[in-house]
Amino acid sequence: MSALAADAIEVYRTATRNNRMGMWLFFFSELFLFGGLLITRFALWVDEDGHIIRPELDQNVGLIVTVVLLASSYFMNRSEVAIANGRKRDFLVSLWITGFLGVVFLVGVVIFEWGLIHLPFIEHHIGPTDGVFGAVIFGMTGMHAIHVITGVAFIVVVWRNGKRDVYTEERHWGVEACAIYWHYVDLVWIFFYPAIYLIGHAVH
Amino acid sequence: MLMQLGLTRGLIYQAAGTVLGMVVTMVWRLLAGMDLWDQEVVFVVGGLVGGFAFMWGVGAIDDWLEWCRGKATPLVHGPPRDKPAWTRYFSTDYNHKVIGIQYSVTSLLMLMIGGSFALIFRAELAQADLQFLGMGMYNKLIGLHGWAVIAAILLGVGGMANYLVPLMIGAEDMAFPRLNAFAFWINIPGGLLLLASAFLGGFDAGWTAYPPLSTQGAVGYQFLFLAIYFVGLSSILGSLNLLVTILTMRPKGMDLFRIPIFCWAVLATSLIQLTATQAIGTAFLMGLSERALGMGFFDPEGGGNPILFQHIFWFYSHPAVYVFVLPGLGIISELLPVFSRKPLFGYRWIALSSLAIALVGFLVWGHHMFTSGYSPYLRVPFMVATLLVAVPTGVKFFSWVATMWGGRLRFPTPMLFTLGAISVFLLGGLTGPILATVASDLYLHDTYFVVGHFHATLFGGFVFPFCAAIYFWFPKITGRMYNEALGKLHFYIMTPAFWLMSIGQMTVGTMGMRRRIVDYDPTLGGGLVEARHLETTIAAFLIGLSILIMIYNLVTSAEIGVRAPANPWRSRSPEWQIPSPVPEHSYAAPLQVVGEPYDYGLEEEYVVMDESQAGHAQAH
Repeated sequence: MSALAADAIEVYRTATRNNRMGMWLFFFSELFLFGGLLITRFALWVDEDGHIIRPELDQNVGLIVTVVLLASSYFMNRSEVAIANGRKRDFLVSLWITGFLGVVFLVGVVIFEWGLIHLPFIEHHIGPTDGVFGAVIFGMTGMHAIHVITGVAFIVVVWRNGKRDVYTEERHWGVEACAIYWHYVDLVWIFFYPAIYLIGHAVH
Repeated sequence: MLMQLGLTRGLIYQAAGTVLGMVVTMVWRLLAGMDLWDQEVVFVVGGLVGGFAFMWGVGAIDDWLEWCRGKATPLVHGPPRDKPAWTRYFSTDYNHKVIGIQYSVTSLLMLMIGGSFALIFRAELAQADLQFLGMGMYNKLIGLHGWAVIAAILLGVGGMANYLVPLMIGAEDMAFPRLNAFAFWINIPGGLLLLASAFLGGFDAGWTAYPPLSTQGAVGYQFLFLAIYFVGLSSILGSLNLLVTILTMRPKGMDLFRIPIFCWAVLATSLIQLTATQAIGTAFLMGLSERALGMGFFDPEGGGNPILFQHIFWFYSHPAVYVFVLPGLGIISELLPVFSRKPLFGYRWIALSSLAIALVGFLVWGHHMFTSGYSPYLRVPFMVATLLVAVPTGVKFFSWVATMWGGRLRFPTPMLFTLGAISVFLLGGLTGPILATVASDLYLHDTYFVVGHFHATLFGGFVFPFCAAIYFWFPKITGRMYNEALGKLHFYIMTPAFWLMSIGQMTVGTMGMRRRIVDYDPTLGGGLVEARHLETTIAAFLIGLSILIMIYNLVTSAEIGVRAPANPWRSRSPEWQIPSPVPEHSYAAPLQVVGEPYDYGLEEEYVVMDESQAGHAQAH
């Protein structure tokens, strides 16, 4: 390796180190956004006696979208490992599956849970104007969905760039950023899912 | 020529984007079978699309879009090739020195706009009864004054931090130059939306925008919420950038306890901005969606809770006060050793006190809500935590006095403003515990005493140090000296005027004058309230006059001032060891730390340039 190339890879490593720190600081910042929403949920979803309550939601939808999102995180990790080992085809396929599962999650939340399309086998929907239940559900899932949409867009960009051989074993910060962002959005859902669907006793 | 400026393009794009967003929303509503016109939704989407269109037009996201297309985007440094050099200040530029000046000039502009709003309603308050300002207009002006000045302060903090931090730690630039430009430019659509809200009925419940008033008021509130979302985004991204810069881009040998003390202040400030800003974003977003989509977060009818807004709002807005003052206090600690020719007393204590103020600041928000009706058992912990802030602040005061003690003091304009800052901040600081104590706050809450208190802290913590910083680094930025006589005139008008104004405000507060009220009973305080108000108004106009003197001084001195000597203040800080104005690539060679930053009186240097490595820095 020539001296110039060695210098260039050193510059790339420094930049990546800074990028990584910036990304994690961004996540730290977002923690306060999602934390604020969680606090709102636990402050507002209580009955007169101070017991924690939750609305009755379709548990199947919640469980399925959670499983789908967790599975997508597995494929995201596979994809990142693949590019780090130079397996380009594997990288692209795993990334494609991740993005697809992300879209399935969005469809699950937006169409089934929000009830944008009325389906006979889902019983009742809560709208955004239905008191604190509607406000918090749409606030939390909406803010999370915005992040999933951004994540899917990120995946599409990385996938297109990956097809054009932009990433190599040594230089794939774009893939890494996309992956940790996706894992982060996934992690947020791991806190949101029980907060919305499981904790507290259900009231009609 | 005008069309070559990024700013012009951005403004045109923003106007077009706003219209486009509104039209698309209306068409979509029509297709979905809803009423064509819903001002809440239509204006929100319009404002949002307009804001992003501005960023596109100004060119702040060009490189990122290229990156998305998979193209290499090498960082272009230096003045524009085919345009005059001054155009870079009106276009997207990645040099932190340019961005720092963009921030500072925008800050001064916004400060003057916000200040003018205050002068209008101060004129109204000079006499009892209604003279020329209606009640609604008065309420709109106080809200606009508040947010315009807060935005100005955030911009000023960003300006000082962006210009100084990379220079002080000897870095080539910020860690993320493109993000830096983005973080500056997003303020422009934000500021425009803020001012434009005045044309949509404004926001007339004070700057705090408490529901239910804010969820029922005019549609101007939506533009306020969006504007603060944009300005807050700038805070978050800018602080992230500064944290990474300070933590990773220091030269070898410059450990964290050897950086210039201002960088510590910025570090502490950035920690607050990075995290707490999300809270106000959340609160305002909930307010926005309650208005636009009927989501009842704060509407008690469906189980919502308006007090929740206050909690989330103050979780940012109290720490935000430390965002406003900590950099200013850092400037005080930075300048005192230079003009006392003595080491800074207790460097580590000062550094850690900034951090302590920032961290304790997260636990005190409830002192704004003693009268809100929240659980009474919360009052005492919030009171104790608030009083605790006085401890690290006291450390700073102790260090400032000890730094000056026995020093050979010189009194050019920056030093005068530093001393003015200390005196004014002391006034604001000492009135703090009175308001933090539950028993006295219950009487003083929402009176003019509070107004006097926070104007003293913000003038002492931001305006005076900002002026000191402007005069101190003016020769560094322009290569010319400012006019010393005009600088002193500015100081000797502004300081007594400010004391008169602040004490006047506090006095009418103790007489029972409530804040945010257009009129008052002239018999308050034994009939003296009107005279105090008149004094306060005169003082406010004097402050306005002194700021105009400063602007005149800066503008003329930049053209015809005397050439500045290489190091006019004999400072040890790295930025004074290089030519003024600072060259495009600040340091010709990497810095080497060989001493302590504030060892005034000793022969050895703080930093030297490692000449053997010269040229290496530019290669990157």
